[in-house]
Amino acid sequence: MSADTTTTSPEAAPQPSSGPAPVKERVPRGHKRLLTRRDRITLAFMAGVPTVLHVALVWVTAIASIFLAFTSWDGIGFDSIKWVGLDNFKQLFSDNPQFWPAVEHNIIWFVVLILIPTPMGLFLAVQLDKKIRFSRVYQTAYFLPVVVSLAVTGFVWQLVYNPDTGLINSLIGANKPGHYIDWIGDPHLNLWAVLVAASWRHTGYMMILYLAGLKGVDPSLREASALDGANEWQTFKNVIFPTLRPTNTVVLVVTIIEALRAFDLVFVFNKGAQGTELLSILITNNIIGESSRIGYGSAIAVVLLVISLAVIIPYLIATFRKERRA
Amino acid sequence: MSTAVVTKQRTPVRPARILLHVFLVTTSLAWLAPLVWAVFAALRPYSETSNKGYVSWPDKLTFDNFKNAFVQSDMLHYFGNTLIIAVPAVLLTLLLSSMVAFYVSRFDFRLNIALLLVFTAGNLLPQQVIITPLYRMYLLIDLPGVTASGKLYDSALGLVLIHVAFQSGFCAFVLSNYMRMLPHELTEAALVDGASVWRQYWQIVLPLCKPAMAALATLLSIWIYNDFFWAIVLISTGENMPITSALNNLSGQYFTDPNLVAAGALLTAIPTLIVYFVLQRQFVSGLTLGANKG
Repeated sequence: MSADTTTTSPEAAPQPSSGPAPVKERVPRGHKRLLTRRDRITLAFMAGVPTVLHVALVWVTAIASIFLAFTSWDGIGFDSIKWVGLDNFKQLFSDNPQFWPAVEHNIIWFVVLILIPTPMGLFLAVQLDKKIRFSRVYQTAYFLPVVVSLAVTGFVWQLVYNPDTGLINSLIGANKPGHYIDWIGDPHLNLWAVLVAASWRHTGYMMILYLAGLKGVDPSLREASALDGANEWQTFKNVIFPTLRPTNTVVLVVTIIEALRAFDLVFVFNKGAQGTELLSILITNNIIGESSRIGYGSAIAVVLLVISLAVIIPYLIATFRKERRA
Repeated sequence: MSTAVVTKQRTPVRPARILLHVFLVTTSLAWLAPLVWAVFAALRPYSETSNKGYVSWPDKLTFDNFKNAFVQSDMLHYFGNTLIIAVPAVLLTLLLSSMVAFYVSRFDFRLNIALLLVFTAGNLLPQQVIITPLYRMYLLIDLPGVTASGKLYDSALGLVLIHVAFQSGFCAFVLSNYMRMLPHELTEAALVDGASVWRQYWQIVLPLCKPAMAALATLLSIWIYNDFFWAIVLISTGENMPITSALNNLSGQYFTDPNLVAAGALLTAIPTLIVYFVLQRQFVSGLTLGANKG
């Protein structure tokens, strides 16, 4: 945030003195001529090595996913790859009893995250932004779940949900035979139980993003609004929230991506048994399960890829366009 | 509480403020409750909790569960595995992404926006999108003599590479934004003086990026330490797993009761908590560095 202000100042400062400005224009053009052969090789190496590594492991594999989704392959030799057209997708959409529940659960995951922990995080951020005492202590408490790994989070929440020994059942007296509430095993309950843990974590994450956004809000806006006689809620609704637009975009994208990536918690809880199927879990179980079908697993990955890119590409284009304008 | 007493001396106490503090104290305690519950369970002997139930007044609090979880499962070995993966991965990610960022931000070649777009988009993809071909690729790449498994699969090297490839997207984005804010005159003067491109990068630009690098290093250490997914799929031998992923196997094998599970899970969380408490500012600023740009 503070860095943003420094960018504008050095450029704005020399403008009054018209002398050095045209000289500066010419320097970038002379840039290339000043580079020696060795410099060019260094530069090619500096940009090339990271790009090759990233593209080879991330993009080549993503494209390979698309290609393999239309084939059937046993994974042994390349000559056993057979083109099967849309068969994998047909099977996925019509024959797989786990696929549509998984899509539904991914959507529920997103809806819950955006409706409960995200506004909660925003609310906490607004409260903590009020120059309140012990603000850091509160922040630390809410943010702690974000720092702990999702795997550990899964184990910690299992201690809460365990039917025999868990906190909830012990407190409500449901830990005796015949009265059990099986938070993790019951397919009607387990998704919601996991989502409580996911929301527990997401709130702190959103709080930090919004706190950073709120620090960037011009304090004079708030004063002006107070002078106009607006109350706290009116100021927030009409003045603060609209200026948080860039943060809201980031929050939306982060939440969608988190919902698509959701994996660790569910895997630790019950490996995606009935009730908690997710696209990411289906893909992973297809790899590490006994009957690995490469083409089929890739078809699920393509579904995930298409949804992700539908979000990522417009977001990045908007971001980079804004940057070029700045 | 003491809050009210202290504020009274400075300004008249506003009831709304007190209400807010009550609300914040309650919710923060609720937020800590699951972790506190785990600590409580881990401190109690299994015999006691199985007799009296878990919600009961403790007779005895000991660190025995922590000691047993640590020794029985040979946790030190898994912490070692994590170290072998995380340290090179963090250093390499920072080195490679700062090189790309330097190129993209300091040299106005055509490619730069496209390149940055590729890196950033790659980092936003869910890992599962690429895992099937990646898993096959790792199985197909033979590295006899280089890794213990003779392949990229089931090796620390394989994990380091995917971490570097994946995380360098985010870091390149953040660092290039940061480097763009450094005045151009800095490197131009060096260029006129005949300093090589490498010297401009290593001796002029990198030292100025220290704050951003520190923030990213903190963030990356915690992310890579906390990674669960890559190792679950790309490592087959339980012995080779880093600690976070190993927890899954250990909990079935060695942590036979909930008290031991709690102790084991908490032990795994300790390094991240230490890093967080010591470097809280870096961690938070790293997280918001990338996000603020949206």
